[in-house]
Amino acid sequence: MEISDDRPSVLDHLRRQGLSRRDFLNWCAYTASILALPPSATPAIAQALSSKPRPSVIWLSIQECTGCSESILRSFEPTLESLIFDQFSLDYHHVLQAAAGLAAEQARDNAIERARGKYVLIVDGGIPLDEVGRYSTTGGKSGRELVRTAARGAALIIAVGTCATYGGIPAAAPNPTGAGGAFDALRDLIEKTEVMAPLINVPGCPPVPEVMTGVVVHFLTFGKPPPLDELRRPVPFFGRTVHDDCPRLPFFNQGLFAKSFDDEGARKGYCLKDLGCKGPTTFNACTTVKWNQRTSFPMYSGHGCLGCAQPKFWDREGGFYGKPF
Amino acid sequence: MANPSDRKTGRKSTSEPRAATTGSQPRRVVVDPVTRIEGHLRIEAETDAQGVITRASSSGTMVRGIEIILKGRDPRDAWAFTQRFCGVCTVVHSIASVRAVEYALGHVIPQNAQHIRNLMIAAQYVHDHVMHFYHLHALDWVDVVSALKADPAATAKLQTSLSPWPNNSPDYFGSVQRKLKGFVEGGQLGIFANGYWGHPEYKLPPEVNLLAVAHYLEALAWQRDVVKIHAIFGGKNPHPNFVVGGVPCAISETATATAVNAENLRLVGEVIKKMRTFVDQVYLPDTLAIAGFYKDWATRGEGVGNFLSYGEFPQGIGAAERTTLLFPAGVITNRDLSSVQPVDFEDPTEIQEFVAHSWYQYSTGKQAGLHPYDGETSLDYTGPAPPYEQLDVDKSYSWIKSPRWKGLPVEVGPLARVLVLYASGDLRARGLVDHALGRLGLPIPALFSTLGRIAARTLETKLIADSMAGMHDALMANIASGDLRTFDDVLFDPATWPKKSRGVGMMEAPRGALAHWLTIEDGRIGNYQAVVPSTWNAGPRDAAGREGPYEAALRGHKLKDPTRPLEILRTIHSFDPCLACAVHVIDPDGDELVRVKVL
Repeated sequence: MEISDDRPSVLDHLRRQGLSRRDFLNWCAYTASILALPPSATPAIAQALSSKPRPSVIWLSIQECTGCSESILRSFEPTLESLIFDQFSLDYHHVLQAAAGLAAEQARDNAIERARGKYVLIVDGGIPLDEVGRYSTTGGKSGRELVRTAARGAALIIAVGTCATYGGIPAAAPNPTGAGGAFDALRDLIEKTEVMAPLINVPGCPPVPEVMTGVVVHFLTFGKPPPLDELRRPVPFFGRTVHDDCPRLPFFNQGLFAKSFDDEGARKGYCLKDLGCKGPTTFNACTTVKWNQRTSFPMYSGHGCLGCAQPKFWDREGGFYGKPF
Repeated sequence: MANPSDRKTGRKSTSEPRAATTGSQPRRVVVDPVTRIEGHLRIEAETDAQGVITRASSSGTMVRGIEIILKGRDPRDAWAFTQRFCGVCTVVHSIASVRAVEYALGHVIPQNAQHIRNLMIAAQYVHDHVMHFYHLHALDWVDVVSALKADPAATAKLQTSLSPWPNNSPDYFGSVQRKLKGFVEGGQLGIFANGYWGHPEYKLPPEVNLLAVAHYLEALAWQRDVVKIHAIFGGKNPHPNFVVGGVPCAISETATATAVNAENLRLVGEVIKKMRTFVDQVYLPDTLAIAGFYKDWATRGEGVGNFLSYGEFPQGIGAAERTTLLFPAGVITNRDLSSVQPVDFEDPTEIQEFVAHSWYQYSTGKQAGLHPYDGETSLDYTGPAPPYEQLDVDKSYSWIKSPRWKGLPVEVGPLARVLVLYASGDLRARGLVDHALGRLGLPIPALFSTLGRIAARTLETKLIADSMAGMHDALMANIASGDLRTFDDVLFDPATWPKKSRGVGMMEAPRGALAHWLTIEDGRIGNYQAVVPSTWNAGPRDAAGREGPYEAALRGHKLKDPTRPLEILRTIHSFDPCLACAVHVIDPDGDELVRVKVL
């Protein structure tokens, strides 16, 4: 990820800012654990982040609701501050960017030019697949073209959120704007090998923040994505269903189900199957990594899983409260 | 940065306006993307030879289609779809949606559910407004690079004079400055690259800049804790869960069965204290301290002079109940604070939307106005094919419609709420406003400005933060009385519903007046429409040529340096734009008459 020789490493940054190496190693150890790596991987992560200058990250939002950006703002291990000021250089993100208009576009284009072939491209939101591009423009340019241009120079492409992975809500029937995910927008370029970067899908509406950051750290450490499944999802986070680790699972096994959101069963934490929970068919890390500093996750707070990390979850038969699973 | 010298200062002045002056044509300054907002907003401003804006045009440049997607679906699912209008105001569309369905069905929710919803809405306000101030708006007023020149000891003295906030030592500010210095000297400015640093409109002394940078970072950490309230009651943030008929979180019978247990209810109280302390000791004093250097902005950026609030924090538990705890409903026209006019959501002549300058057609013609119950959304894109340099703003130029109240453009949001409170004689609001203006030495009309909008946002945050402990106490007292009900399932089964019904769910979102209108036919959504805050504020000119609030607010601004139009950002950001919410959806067939407007 080297950008130029005179730039300091992440560890230099930390030292300059008075943070200890121990803090840094603790962070590396946590990241290794949520990536399902053995403790012995911690030094490798530390080594990778200590010996390289901060890699460039470019974040493009097309048909987004900004929920994915808000989610990463909630990341606490690591925090967003440590990410964008210490670990990565977030060179374009239109929600946080100080510059506006042409100056912002120049910052983005400079980053693409300077780190060509080396930067991480993150995309959120659906992408209208029509070639005219009338449904989404930024700076007068179509969202689809912006993504295709940035993808050509990326070392890694991460589609975050169910919109950028599978089209998400704009692609729900009848898909009025002809939206798709990042892979759909890049398919021909990938086939023609004009886009060589691996593409990782991190679904969720929004994704768990530590899942997004964990994937980036894995790539920076090992120079390749974590193992991916057939839907290009990182296996460490999407290898199990949320049902597998749900605290209500013992009740499921005993056949004890809440029948209403505030009946006695609901108050005792019974299984939410009869209230529409999609947990057994939803692969995500909500019940393991949990949400908002491990405060809760949907089933712990009484609502069934919507299945928001699954393709086509908006169009599932029976809706959110009908047909269970 | 492009070259090593740029790395040192972060300054870069190579930006040129997108369209240069040609002959006697006015110069057009384009800002696209308007960053540090939610979504995709484009501003085109025409200026005269002195750099004064003579006409501004506001354009939303992205559409999705959620309302059309909602047609035919289960109304109980609508909260989850409409929640995805926006992941910033992640609570408000869910609330408007469940209220609309409950209104249509005559549903009355349990008292605990009302308290919990109020707490979640209040937490959203405080979270949103603080983040808007520090992370979205501050960099229009705070020169990050100038903070490098600050004396940390003087900054510490300043902090001590402002409030008892404990992070006030020279060492602390020295460490923040070193962090910033390391960042700038590292040559990778990231999100701060290419800012308008050094612009002559930045007026703060280096010490105030350093103070604000420190609080920018502190607020990033603070906001993560605030949303625990959403996580406890809704399972996660962004996008917590809701349910028609109450709230989905059962109150736990044991210590660990659900998130709403004794320990977490105590945690809610702690988070409320943390929110209130930050508002009192950081946000409010910072607002007043920074405003003191920008009093010239108390006479700029007024807008249309009409203000609308739907009211929020309902006292009663019926869906049609309009008695509010905090914000009353009403309209103020032509700056007249002597009267507050009522709003009628059902009257077809009051709230209407126009498409004269939007990329839509109406069956009754481009000049017509339609009430949301009778709304149409029919795609008629006539803009240039991308990539384009500029829009034809004499024709249609936005995916946003133009809502009007009795034909008038109105501003919605914190300023509207505070003015309606003030005009209604609310003593707490009057006290706060008078005190703040007194501190700044400004008269009441100073509220009608960019600075007034910012001040109103801060002051209402204090009103809400001060009220949250009472909301929490009310919830705890109701639970202690033995009432554990959080959900009423009597109307949850669609088989119990009338064959046809319709309803409106109104609320005050942090960004302003929000309402969803829906019809239900045979248990399915017949029609679903939302008129949202940034549609009111960011919409284009209407059939009569009247500007929307953004456009009116920008007219008359003098741009010191048209290649770095900082003044445009200041006034637009003072509205806190949220564009994904604001934009209507297109009709998939292009020509079919669609009786919903989709976001």
